[in-house]
Amino acid sequence: MPTYALEINGTPRTVTAEADIPLLSILRQDLGLSGPRFGCGAGACGACRVLVGTESVAACDTPLWAVAGKAVTTVEGLGSEEDPHPLQRAFLKHQAMQCGYCVSGILISAAALLRRVARPSEAEIRAALDRNLCRCGAHNRMVRAILAASAEMAP
Amino acid sequence: MTDAPAAPPLPKSLAANPLLSQWVRIGAEGRIDILPGKVEIGQGIATALLKMAAEALEVDPARIRMVRPATGDSPDEGVTSGSQSIQDCGRALRHVCAEVRDLFRAEAALRLGADAGALGLEDGTFVGPGNARLSYWELEDAVSLERAATAGVRPVRRTGLDLARIDLADKVFGRPRFIHDMRPEGMLHGRVVLPPRTGSSPRRDQDLAALAGPGVQLVADGAFIGLLSDDERSVDQAAARLREKLGWEGGTPLPDEATLGDWLRAQPVAPVVEQRGGPAEPAVQTLARSFLKPFIAHGSMAPSCALALWSPDEAEILRVWTHSQGIYNLRADLSVVFGLPPERIRVEHVEGAGCYGHNPADDVALDAALLARAAPGRVVRAQMSRDEELGGGPFAPAMRVDVEADLDASGRLCGWRHTIWSNGHSMRPGRSKASTLRAAAHVSGGAPWPIAINMPASNGGGADRNSMPLYDIPAACVTNNRLTVMPIRTSAMRALGAFANVFAIESMMDEAALAVGEDAVAFRLRHLSDDRARAVILEAARLGRWREAPRADGEGQGFAFARYKNTGAYCAVVADVACTDEVRVNRLLVVVDVGEVISHDGVVNQVEGGAIQATSWALKEAVHFSPEGILSRSWEDYPILRFSEVPAVAVHVLDRPDAPPMGAGEASQGPTGAAIANAVHDALGMRMTRFPLTRDTLIEAMELGQ
Repeated sequence: MPTYALEINGTPRTVTAEADIPLLSILRQDLGLSGPRFGCGAGACGACRVLVGTESVAACDTPLWAVAGKAVTTVEGLGSEEDPHPLQRAFLKHQAMQCGYCVSGILISAAALLRRVARPSEAEIRAALDRNLCRCGAHNRMVRAILAASAEMAP
Repeated sequence: MTDAPAAPPLPKSLAANPLLSQWVRIGAEGRIDILPGKVEIGQGIATALLKMAAEALEVDPARIRMVRPATGDSPDEGVTSGSQSIQDCGRALRHVCAEVRDLFRAEAALRLGADAGALGLEDGTFVGPGNARLSYWELEDAVSLERAATAGVRPVRRTGLDLARIDLADKVFGRPRFIHDMRPEGMLHGRVVLPPRTGSSPRRDQDLAALAGPGVQLVADGAFIGLLSDDERSVDQAAARLREKLGWEGGTPLPDEATLGDWLRAQPVAPVVEQRGGPAEPAVQTLARSFLKPFIAHGSMAPSCALALWSPDEAEILRVWTHSQGIYNLRADLSVVFGLPPERIRVEHVEGAGCYGHNPADDVALDAALLARAAPGRVVRAQMSRDEELGGGPFAPAMRVDVEADLDASGRLCGWRHTIWSNGHSMRPGRSKASTLRAAAHVSGGAPWPIAINMPASNGGGADRNSMPLYDIPAACVTNNRLTVMPIRTSAMRALGAFANVFAIESMMDEAALAVGEDAVAFRLRHLSDDRARAVILEAARLGRWREAPRADGEGQGFAFARYKNTGAYCAVVADVACTDEVRVNRLLVVVDVGEVISHDGVVNQVEGGAIQATSWALKEAVHFSPEGILSRSWEDYPILRFSEVPAVAVHVLDRPDAPPMGAGEASQGPTGAAIANAVHDALGMRMTRFPLTRDTLIEAMELGQ
């Protein structure tokens, strides 16, 4: 089996696995992360989204070979309780979820958007999150939290 | 001498689990454990219950640890469903914690030589004359909680604060919290391949092990086809091979989706009739409509998951970790399937994603247990796929509702007949002699599932939930025809029958108002004497700017109201929609009265989430099927509302601090769906009688109208 070097949340890691194994499987099983979540396995729900470079991608349908040598950021890498990303802080402040299973993928999609557009409109936020599903109906709270975070990051 | 007024009876959950120690444990080091019997399903209940306990004990909430429910350790509160957790668990905890507080207060008074009434209480520490202090934790040895709760009213301080949810930090930082994140050392991965129809079995001419391929252990028993491996990727690949190649035969064909309403009407049924008032007055006009709601999927974001450990030589032969809504109910069914006494089985709750009712959480727990029995001593983790989660059921049953509404010469409703055809809304475990769990009917010799039932009306009912109009109508009759065949497995989903029944009732109220030329809100108020209902409706009309402005072409505004279960939360909704070839909901204004508000933010979140989910049901959702099986097995085939389609939602809560607190999670679904349908009528002049309101439904309504 081939060995791949990649950077996970700022730390260089090597993984030995078949080239077409989904990145999500590598992250959860081989590297022990829990932030990227299994939701559909078909890139259709967004629960597993991670940043590859600055792009939000579905880890469940991204093969390992496609991220060789690249920087992958999961929700764990966005920030921590001690040093939270403004988005994480805003989601807590606005209590912007119910069950929270979708939230790590949504934070990743929002982080990718804010790197691209510092002060997105509400419509831009909704468009950027359209590939992330939320079943609990916490959408509007999340949009408000993202607007608040963007205002804090780019006053 | 006067008789003291009789103390109110103990809260229901407390009467069933009367020992104080079943609910609260005072630790020696300033910690308090609270043991709820209701489980966290993403609704924030653990935080609301923590707040109620902290208020009654008068301690800093940070001292309290909420213990995850487990059989044997936690009170048996049945199922976490029906918006009952605040009513049942919350009231029990408030009662217990206030009684515990007073027991400690009496002990502290004795030791401090002070009058109990004169003691202050600051964060768990009693303060007496001369600033003498004694805390719960110092007195913990002296006060036994191994005693039954006693009836009585004990005042509880209310803080009015909204506590931040205790579970959210783990979720935004991606820390392990969900059952899906459990990875005990030496764990095996399990998968189950499901039959396509009830009663199907694998064709006999196949070599299952060969089809599964190398590197996995096959666990086959009748129509139960399971796989085990210590490598998750191997077991996933083997399951994919089996799903593709395994041939099935036999089984009950599913109905034809295109004629679902006729099919429901033609099935054998067990009817229940509820008549209110006398025979209908002579009517000058009778309005009649037939409404249809399709099968709907719970659509949890997380495919269901469970862990199990089979240890034949231990006292607890079977241990199960589950995101089930009812750990004792699940244990009862596992006991039936394995022939083990319940005390030899331990079921622990671990959080899953939102379930919105009886989804496959319980089914996958049996899968895990069956697989674990084939690998004693190893923890087995069973994980479902998205395909199975959406396509495997149980589903919210399809409902046909025919309504006839009579108007008298004065334009008043004088008679109402509401007839339902639907499968039962409950096949939860723990309620029948035979197991309702999926694999119970699949293993060799397994008994067929009991056909889904409706809980009695006193427990909230099922298909009949919210079928009896709350309006003042002299004669009303509800006939609830429960199907006694079940080719598609059905069970409870949020709001149960209320979604279809409120859709039907509130559409007919609109029709009746139109028929007498009256405003829809005024017409409702003229038929309502319940003051809390009137208050909610008036406030919604005011805040929603009901019919204050003319609507542009293709735009419409609709109104609907219901009191959940006719005994729970009141809710009124104003919906604003825009119709092109599709329906877009622009805005929902929701007013609720849930009695005393425990967590304002929690109520708003639940009501808003319910309204958005109901918008998704109303606009987009239907389980698709053919005689061969369920067809909607992915998010492409079963679309739900997306961010760009979600309406603006404003929730206004009428606080009633002196009224008993009621659940909020299922109040808004019925009125939301109905208000959207009424808004489409306002926009297009067409009465919508079928959900979902897709492009196809609009075209069909147009063709029928012409």
